[in-house]
Amino acid sequence: MSEFSLFPIVFYLLAAVTVVSALGVALSNNIFYSAIALMGTLIGMAGMYLMLAADFVAVVQIFVYVGGILVLTLFAINLTSRIGDVSVSNRSIGRLPALGLLGVAAVVMLRAVVGGGWNLVDVGAAVPTIASLGNAFLTDYILPFELASLVLLAALVGAVVLSRKELKEEHG
Amino acid sequence: MMEIGLTHFLVVSTLVFLAGMFCVLTRRNAIGILMGVELILNSANLNYLAFSRYSSVTYDGQMFAIFVIMLAAAEAAIGLAIVLGIYQTFHTIDVEATDTLRL
Amino acid sequence: MHETAHVAHAAAIHTVTYLRWVPLLPLIGAVVNGIGGAWIQKNLGKKVIGGIACAMPLIAFVLSVRAFVQLMGLEPAERVILDNVFPWIHVGTLNVDVAFLLDPLSAVMILIVTGVGGLIHIYSIGYMSEDPAYWRYFAYLNLFTFAMLTLVLGDNILIMFVGWEGVGLCSYALIGFWYSEWANASAGSKAFLVNRVGDFGFMCATLLLFWSLADVGHPTMLFREIAQYAPLLEHHVFWGVGTVTLVTMLMFVGATGKSAQIPLYVWLPDAMAGPTPVSALIHAATMVTAGVYMIARLGILFDMSPITGTAIATVGAVTAFFAATIATTQFDIKKVLAYSTVSQLGFMFVAMGVGAYSTGVFHLMTHSFFKACLFLGSGSVIHVMHHEQDMRKMGGLKKWMPYTYATYMLSTLAIAGIPPFSGFFSKDDILWKAFSSGHYIVWFLAVCAAAMTAFYMFRSVYMTFDGECRADDHTREHLHESPLSMTVPLMILAGLATVAGFLNVPHALFGNAGFDAWLAPVLEHGAEHGAHGGGHHVEAIEYVLMVFSVAVAAAGILVARAMYKTKTLSADRLPDLAGGKPYRTVFNKYYVDEVYDATVIRGTLALARVSGWFDTNVVDGIVNGAAWVVRMVSELNGLIDHYIVDGAVNGVAAVTSIVGGRVRRLQTGNINAYLYVAVIAMVGMMVARMW
Repeated sequence: MSEFSLFPIVFYLLAAVTVVSALGVALSNNIFYSAIALMGTLIGMAGMYLMLAADFVAVVQIFVYVGGILVLTLFAINLTSRIGDVSVSNRSIGRLPALGLLGVAAVVMLRAVVGGGWNLVDVGAAVPTIASLGNAFLTDYILPFELASLVLLAALVGAVVLSRKELKEEHG
Repeated sequence: MMEIGLTHFLVVSTLVFLAGMFCVLTRRNAIGILMGVELILNSANLNYLAFSRYSSVTYDGQMFAIFVIMLAAAEAAIGLAIVLGIYQTFHTIDVEATDTLRL
Repeated sequence: MHETAHVAHAAAIHTVTYLRWVPLLPLIGAVVNGIGGAWIQKNLGKKVIGGIACAMPLIAFVLSVRAFVQLMGLEPAERVILDNVFPWIHVGTLNVDVAFLLDPLSAVMILIVTGVGGLIHIYSIGYMSEDPAYWRYFAYLNLFTFAMLTLVLGDNILIMFVGWEGVGLCSYALIGFWYSEWANASAGSKAFLVNRVGDFGFMCATLLLFWSLADVGHPTMLFREIAQYAPLLEHHVFWGVGTVTLVTMLMFVGATGKSAQIPLYVWLPDAMAGPTPVSALIHAATMVTAGVYMIARLGILFDMSPITGTAIATVGAVTAFFAATIATTQFDIKKVLAYSTVSQLGFMFVAMGVGAYSTGVFHLMTHSFFKACLFLGSGSVIHVMHHEQDMRKMGGLKKWMPYTYATYMLSTLAIAGIPPFSGFFSKDDILWKAFSSGHYIVWFLAVCAAAMTAFYMFRSVYMTFDGECRADDHTREHLHESPLSMTVPLMILAGLATVAGFLNVPHALFGNAGFDAWLAPVLEHGAEHGAHGGGHHVEAIEYVLMVFSVAVAAAGILVARAMYKTKTLSADRLPDLAGGKPYRTVFNKYYVDEVYDATVIRGTLALARVSGWFDTNVVDGIVNGAAWVVRMVSELNGLIDHYIVDGAVNGVAAVTSIVGGRVRRLQTGNINAYLYVAVIAMVGMMVARMW
């Protein structure tokens, strides 16, 4: 008798959510719907991260991606679409060639993935990672950590400059 | 197949990647393209974490994933600022309208 | 004794530095008068020019006497004085310096040139006194003197050749002195061109001699060394002919040009177009004697080639006879004297040809005295007759010009060979030497020429000075004796013509043949060549011949007297003798000039035309052809450059432009397209990696 595990079921469920949402992002005509589908994808991904014993990463994903980037995207969508225009245009073009190309890519990638040959290690129990990640941040990865802060600063300044310029143009 | 292994996660990430690629290639809306880029980044993250779990004893993959998320955030901010700029100039975010850099 | 040539060169040579002034002084005179003459003549007068010009040869004469005295003080075997002025050419084996050599032979020559030349310079002061180009005349005259002295004093063939060419140039300048008349100018050109033909022979001979001496190991141009090493050439052959014969023949060609022998004598009668003192100096005393001097100088070579000797004697005798016949018919007094000169030169060459070198030089000396006197006398007559030269218009002049008549008569007696005048001794010696060396035909022709000489000379005397005056009244009123500057030289020369013969009285007449002895160290080359037998034992035949030649001369005089003085024989019938043709032929100089004109001159002009055609069509054609080729090539280059090179460059540009045009369509500005490309690339890489 095989042991009954909830793990695969959850996995497949989350996988289905993720993939279907991703398809929704890709295929939807309405940009708003695409944004909502993106949210679904991100949440599904967060779940999958949890299944991979990456608890901190999952949480960061929810905070940053869903709570930050997605909201920002929604703001942008709203700011850049005409109020009153019902169907926010998100028409796609050239689907067939893209499909062809991606078909080729798909074949290649799936063959690689399924073909295997990956080094496998014994999977240990899932333990909380936050402490060790925190330690690693301040010891092994201190340099990338600092550089990352610089990058964020640059992004911040850049965003401000970009928006400021536009305002100036409008008034000038 | 019942035993979930590395391959399953990789397959999922591949599918998400393809979806994201599709977005990038076919969308006319600039923000749609950016959403495709987010999907691609996420699929890469999934890859990192899967390998970290199944092929490595250290947490290097998770570190990478965190950095990716952070950079994705920065990039999204800038990208959307640019989209707003495009909207100010062209009064539309249809990328087919922004071909003034054509030769 | 015949192995080594002669002894003089073996002894020590005395070097001096004053000898160079002998030719240099006349050169200075020529330069001063030539460059500043016009100014001097205008501002200081003709007297200064004449003074400078005459002083130079006279001072040179004094120096020549001094040199002569110094030479006399030396032992006969050592009579050589050398003045080395400066080194000239030292190239390879050719070593030639500008140096002057005085030995007995050249001492005699420089005394003649400076002495007689000086007298002629003084004479010219009176003769040319009315000529506006006075200074140019004296400049040329001095220049000529310089060239002649260089010729006789040169110690090597090249210096002699410098003088040789120099006298040719000056004779051209002086003959064509009154060049505004075309006839005078062309006479000058004729003299120069005919001389040139002879000079070509001289040059060939010089080169040949030098090369041949180099072959036997002693390349040299020095006369004393040539004399020393010449015997080495005895068996040397050049192109199958004996070298010495070839050299001497070519040298003789040069001599015929300079000394007016057949066939190159034609310039001398025409040269009478120049002033009479010029004729006296150049054509009596000096330039024409250069050929004789040259043969005497290189006598050792002529001794080695009996063939050449015979040829020279024959040509000399034929020339003497030939010229004498022409002289009997001429009416221009200067032409008579000109042909007489040619004839007398023929006598000199007879002497050189039979090997009697000192006899020939002796006749050279006596001839210079009496011929110069004759020419100057005729000049005196011409001057007084206002440049009338036709003897038919003269006559009876001895009444008005006693001194001229007396000196002319004395010189005529000398040239006719009447003892005891100088001409008798010199001419008779030649005849004897010709006879005793076995050249009987030569002797016979010379005797005939001597007879005719006496005849035509007395003819000229009688026509000019005797009888009634045939000049027109205007001229007759102005007849007078010439000034002292002209008559004194005449008298000096006539005196010399009278007594000079006693310098060389032969042993037959109980003399000591001093002149021959004096020249013996230079000209005695050996006992068996030539005819010197007369000095050792006297033969009866010598007396017979002597009497015979005097009788022949007397006969000539008598015939002339009969025809022109007493008119017992009619001279007017002469032209009609034997149908008139012989007379006309002789009178027209045997049409030699016409023959030359038809053959040589026209031939040369035709050659010039052919050369001109060749140059214009062939040479220029080649040059133009080359130019055409170059032009074609450059046109081709242009085409290549225009179509191929430029085409390539333009092609590259066009390709770049077309490709650029196509490629720029990549940049659509369409973001989707860019992304597409990136993705395609990525997928491509993946696929490639896969497989």
